[in-house]
Amino acid sequence: MASLVSDLAVEEVLGAPGEQRSRPTRRRIAWWRAVVLLLAAAYFLLPLYAGLRFALQDANGNFSFSSVRAIAHQPGLGDAFWLSAELAALTMVLTLALMVPTTIYVHLRLPKLRPVMELVTLLPIVFPPIVLIIGVLHAFPLWLRNWQYMLALLYVVLAMPFVYRSLDAGLSAIDVKTLVEATRSLGARGPTTLWRVLLPNLTSAMVSAVILTLALVFGEYTMAALAQWSTFPVWLYDFFQTDGHVTVAVSMAALLATWVLLSSIVLLDLGRSRRQANRRRS
Amino acid sequence: MTNPVVASNLPAPGASSTGGGEVVAPRPTPRLAITPVLAMAPFTVYVTLLLFVPIGAVVLLSLQDDQGNFTTANLALLFHGIYAQGFLNSMRLSAASALIPAVVGVFLAHAIATSRFETFRRLVASAAGVFANFGGINLAFIFLAAYSYTGIVVAWLRSAGIDLYAHGYQIYGFDGIVFVYCYFQIPLMVLIVTPALGAIRPAWREAVSGLGGSTWRFWRHVGIPVLLPSILSGTLLLFGSAFAAYATCQALTSGTVELWPIQIGNILDGNILAGQDHIAYAIGTGMLVVLFVTMSLYLLLQRRARRWLPS
Repeated sequence: MASLVSDLAVEEVLGAPGEQRSRPTRRRIAWWRAVVLLLAAAYFLLPLYAGLRFALQDANGNFSFSSVRAIAHQPGLGDAFWLSAELAALTMVLTLALMVPTTIYVHLRLPKLRPVMELVTLLPIVFPPIVLIIGVLHAFPLWLRNWQYMLALLYVVLAMPFVYRSLDAGLSAIDVKTLVEATRSLGARGPTTLWRVLLPNLTSAMVSAVILTLALVFGEYTMAALAQWSTFPVWLYDFFQTDGHVTVAVSMAALLATWVLLSSIVLLDLGRSRRQANRRRS
Repeated sequence: MTNPVVASNLPAPGASSTGGGEVVAPRPTPRLAITPVLAMAPFTVYVTLLLFVPIGAVVLLSLQDDQGNFTTANLALLFHGIYAQGFLNSMRLSAASALIPAVVGVFLAHAIATSRFETFRRLVASAAGVFANFGGINLAFIFLAAYSYTGIVVAWLRSAGIDLYAHGYQIYGFDGIVFVYCYFQIPLMVLIVTPALGAIRPAWREAVSGLGGSTWRFWRHVGIPVLLPSILSGTLLLFGSAFAAYATCQALTSGTVELWPIQIGNILDGNILAGQDHIAYAIGTGMLVVLFVTMSLYLLLQRRARRWLPS
């Protein structure tokens, strides 16, 4: 849920570089802003600092890199990480294969269906993962539940809300109809139009969809745990009982990776909105 | 729309047909010979099989006994004992983890939006985007490292003479969960409210002060009414997100609090006597009802909130 909204809103927050903002006189109220911001900074940064300190401690509480070094040779971590990586790859391929053609088609031929699509792709938010997985565990045949990539099928559903919105925004930003008519009048057929005109225009939307999917698969605990697949988050949860310092070290590394990935989306969006602003101005 | 003049000049109309000749034949335009039904089929089938069928199964099973006969006995269990308690706890937890972040988020968003440093605003906005996605078990472990009984921040406060745990606080309890949830709920609220704050035009403020109104009057009669739909819909979204959350809470408490999602998890993990599966389905149905109502209200308010946003 969070990812969907933030993805939308970051665009709205950052995507308005040229617009004027409310700038009331603010000399009198400067102190409360300082207090609010300081408290927020303490709340948001303290746990990160503490996590870092904790990760860089040995069992006796002394400073040491032993926990970080120990990450590399923990039993099961490699397998769990590899399973999550495979699931992520499969999820990305399936998601793009399913959503890109559908979204383009809806934009081109069935614009009336867009509100319906918006509603349907919002449903995975209304249906929480914990409820979805108990349904899946009952309704799916045994061979499918025992297939180690079964989770990828479900992650496609979980990824739908933000993947659809990302692609929809990408397609709304370009004039699809004109582009398609132009390519057609130049003699190009459907597949050529798709491959050489539409997809290149959707690259940044697809990249951010892929990154969000990656973050989703590597962070998803609920479904994997209840379906009893030892993915990366499930391994981490189980290992916390064994060694808290190593677990926190891995958690910090995972948060750092998420941070880098998500920041790159924000930068991507920023670049895109700047380019569009420039285009509009010229 | 397809230009028929251009289209008729094209060679081999319908050459890209997928074999449905009878569909293409009557049409002079060389459209992709993919009918709407065919194009929407993969998506529709996928969503049906992987979303509607499992969810439908949960609702159906909550209305059946072990022999498959129709019964409302499972759902009736939700109104008694620990499952009713689980519902009340979930509602209380979600309300607290929606209202507190909503209020803090509005103030924080206002503090950020009125800052005169452009770079700072951008930095905080992207930080909010990232923090709003920090949830799950990693967050729980980091908070445990900081605020559990042996946590680092707790140890600092203890050496400063403040013993949090002596005052009944614990990160594994109700307050602790709310405290952790705020970590992703506050940034989420900031992201929701910031565009709405941007919609408040300086001219309105000048108009109010030109008519002799104070800052208080401006917020009372202009600012808050304009912001209210955004604030309310944001609060509902936070409520839904807290109500559905399982992973963070499970990692924080190891399943010791009686919340609806945790109760489902415990039944499935086999911590509860076997043969209670139907209660899990009943709780699942209950959660669906609560979230359905929440998200419907959210969508309604969202529509209203958009009225003031620059499109």
